[in-house]
Amino acid sequence: MTIRNAIRDHGQRYRPRMVCLKKAEKVLLEMQDPRTGVKSQPQRLVITTIPHAITGEDIIAWLADRFQVDPQEARSFGSMLVALGYIYPLQDHKRLVIKPDASLYRFQTPYFWPTQQWPVEDTDYAIYLAKRNIRKKGILELHEQEQYNRLHKWMNHKWDFIVMQAKEQYRAAKERKKPDRVVFECQERAYWVVHRPPPGTVSGMDYGLERRIDPNADETKTPDFYERIMIFTQQSIMRPRVKSSVSIGALVKYCTTYNSHDPFLSKCLPSNPWLTDDVTLWSLNRLYVDVPTKMRVERWTFSFGELLSDPIGRDGFRLFLKKEFSSENLAFWESCEDLKWGAAATMKEKAQQIYKTFLARGAPRWINIDGKTMEITVSGLRHPHRYVLDAAQTHIYMLMKKDKYGRYIKSPVFKDTMKKAIAPEEHKFTDAQLEQNARNRRPSLSPIILRQQEEEQRAKMAASAPVDITQLCRFTTPVPHLAVYSGITDSPSATASPSLPFLAHTPACPSPISVALDSNSASERRGEASEGGAEGNHEARGPARGSVSKSRVALSLRRLLKRGCTPSTMFASLSPKCHSAAGTSSRIQPISPDEPSQAPPRRIGNFFQIKVDIPPECRIYPIESEDEDEESRAASRGGVGAKEIICPWESLTPHNGTG
Amino acid sequence: MAAEKAEMDALKKECDGLRAQIEAARKAVNDNTMSGAAGGVASVGRVQLKLRKTLKGHLAKIYAMHWSADSRQMVSASQDGKLLVWDCFTGNKLVAVPLKSAWVMSVAFAPSGNLVASGGLDNICTVYNIKAASPKTLRELDAHTGYLSCCRFLSDSEIITASGDTTCCLWDLETGKQKIMFTNHIGDCMSLALSPDMNTFISGACDSLAKLWDVRDGACKQTFSGHTSDINAIAFFPSGNAVITGSDDCSCKMYDLRSDQEVIGYQDTSLNAGVTSLALSSSGRLIFAGYDDFNCHIWDSLKGEKVGVLSGHDNRVSCTGVPDDGMGVCTGSWDSFLKLWN
Repeated sequence: MTIRNAIRDHGQRYRPRMVCLKKAEKVLLEMQDPRTGVKSQPQRLVITTIPHAITGEDIIAWLADRFQVDPQEARSFGSMLVALGYIYPLQDHKRLVIKPDASLYRFQTPYFWPTQQWPVEDTDYAIYLAKRNIRKKGILELHEQEQYNRLHKWMNHKWDFIVMQAKEQYRAAKERKKPDRVVFECQERAYWVVHRPPPGTVSGMDYGLERRIDPNADETKTPDFYERIMIFTQQSIMRPRVKSSVSIGALVKYCTTYNSHDPFLSKCLPSNPWLTDDVTLWSLNRLYVDVPTKMRVERWTFSFGELLSDPIGRDGFRLFLKKEFSSENLAFWESCEDLKWGAAATMKEKAQQIYKTFLARGAPRWINIDGKTMEITVSGLRHPHRYVLDAAQTHIYMLMKKDKYGRYIKSPVFKDTMKKAIAPEEHKFTDAQLEQNARNRRPSLSPIILRQQEEEQRAKMAASAPVDITQLCRFTTPVPHLAVYSGITDSPSATASPSLPFLAHTPACPSPISVALDSNSASERRGEASEGGAEGNHEARGPARGSVSKSRVALSLRRLLKRGCTPSTMFASLSPKCHSAAGTSSRIQPISPDEPSQAPPRRIGNFFQIKVDIPPECRIYPIESEDEDEESRAASRGGVGAKEIICPWESLTPHNGTG
Repeated sequence: MAAEKAEMDALKKECDGLRAQIEAARKAVNDNTMSGAAGGVASVGRVQLKLRKTLKGHLAKIYAMHWSADSRQMVSASQDGKLLVWDCFTGNKLVAVPLKSAWVMSVAFAPSGNLVASGGLDNICTVYNIKAASPKTLRELDAHTGYLSCCRFLSDSEIITASGDTTCCLWDLETGKQKIMFTNHIGDCMSLALSPDMNTFISGACDSLAKLWDVRDGACKQTFSGHTSDINAIAFFPSGNAVITGSDDCSCKMYDLRSDQEVIGYQDTSLNAGVTSLALSSSGRLIFAGYDDFNCHIWDSLKGEKVGVLSGHDNRVSCTGVPDDGMGVCTGSWDSFLKLWN
């Protein structure tokens, strides 16, 4: 590690920002105007009178009047002028602030203005200190003495020159008239207070870390410079532009729409936790709650993006789509998001799976996109990368937005959701209660515990709901993310990958196969009848429990085969090692989901079954140990989904496990 | 020599011609101003925020802070060589990450809350896992040739950094390598902001330009000029269609992406200090801008008026942030304190 910008400044610390200083100077000139500027008065010392002293209160009054601001702001502006060194105090010269009383100040001579851009050199400082030392020994302050000694050490080779200069200046000063001498001494002293501040004070010249580019330098003009500008400008001109009335109108509309949702502008219900130390608002608005609040539901009506980004909103929308038999759109969108934000290691498999499930001819959940987009997407999938499905995703998004979203918002289901949403009453705390709240502040729940609670809740719901045979045990599903779009139970472990906060809950996704099964097993479908509430979690209908469900599935499979349906990758076997939800264990789960700690699932080479494995990307962070990570990665390399549907690029990926 | 000069003059003329063309194109769509559109909107009145908490714990200037996505935790970086993760509700310090290099200039929280990144004069962006028993360095992203001025996570596997070597970079955290380098600025990149949909990001630089980049293809899509000095702070309007910049020339500006021009400027003659940091309230109506004059001023984004001030710091306000739920605002300053207001 190198610090390449380390500056051995030896006093070259301050390179003022010219823009602000130039503005300050304009104000200064106005202030010095004899007619309209600040009124000056003579300063009386013991025997001499020095003109052009101004009082603090006059300065503040003038500034307040000039800029039409209240005295407080005028005072800070005045203090800034003092801090920058344009005005200096005559009494209490070390404190660079404006005092709103009769204390005297004077304008600094332009010779000493920071915009002169002289580097404030240590040599000059040394001369100044030496001069003061000559004038009267023992006059230097403690910090000045320390500086003096330090400079003496550093500049020993120049010390004769410095002393000589000091003596010269001292002699020259003695020849001046008393008032001039006093004034010059004050000015010089003020200059050095600004540029060599006493320890513990804030310096107005402090500008932080050095920037590479000198803001005051001119840019170099080379042909290349112009060429680049031209290319860019040409491209820019060709870009389509929206009328500003439209786009600005949209900005204004956004502000007004969200006004009631902005805690700075409207009241929070029940109360703002920062104000009352009561966390009801946060607990009501957790990411996964049973019943959302009215404000939250209202936000879903603002835009489609809002609906999709809220997991509860998405769940409700998913159910609605299921009724309309177009849930593959949402599933596809979710899988695209998963591809975009997921781990790079599994991108290829995910892309393949998506193709098989959604895009290929005869795919189980074929989405309806136009030919051109399909062409682009499929050819892009030869070399999959994060954004390969962008075009298709945008198409599906717009499809959902234009058609389904509007219908959803108008649907009775949604209206019901809105009716059932919570509208909390405003808290009215007395002072005593507020104190109590402050005492009872608790740190937020650790995310590990939150996740565990969610899993427990899901397991509870799963236990109570009837089993749905298309919802499979999460340990038999392949890569959890794949489960999203192959119509299999979205395993709760998917939500355990924290980088995908919007990864969906259980999709009860209808596929052509499940529709066929529908007529067969109506009883099993009972569980999905409750869309009336449509609130909150529709928890996993899996994990299936033990052998009962297994036999049921086997039965239906046979029936299905009789019907001659094409088997697809959707059907994974139920591993006999179907454990109940880990959430019921009282152990605190580590960040990575607990699958790796269990025995690897059996790989049954059945026609209907795909090889399942715990995906390495569940271990997104090599937190626990590097070895485990590699282990699981090695394990997964051996098992990729069986290929019932031929992918166009299969020949190009010979390294593929099953290839 | 003369031939070169002639060539340069010709290029310059062509450039100016193109610039005039683009101005004309922008003017053609400019059929309304913000003051016209916002005329009917009610004023917000005077926004008086109170100081709720002061977070003490740093020993030197605080250079950067970033809220976590859960709106309760926040990470701050100071030149005493420490990153502190705070629980802002209780005021407790949760994690202290010691830094290898104390010259830190930027810090970022991953949306998942597991990772924290920081960087500064060491040119390296270090990513830490703060959920481990003790904060472990996950990756050290070392390829910039200039200081790291800003970094933002896209997810737990990707991060974008802005550097004083005038480039921005997209890194893959799993491999620790650069994926895309965004080069177009001619001055140090000082800050960056991600769009709400995370497909694009904007960067502000010392060449007084703000540029919009596409994360997917690495190209600069739009450039916004208008400032006369270094752009120190930049933020997206919550709808993702406008960009707010704050600069050393003591003004902030809002640029509209779709009509490709400056919409409104926020400046005041009585404000003579550079803008160091920016944050917007959740509706986008209020802009919290931290200035060198030790205050954070509040602007009404639609009307362009100053509607409030947060004073209480004893030194420059170096960083400002509003959490995702918009409940309040946090300002961090060179006086080593963080203050929460609302």
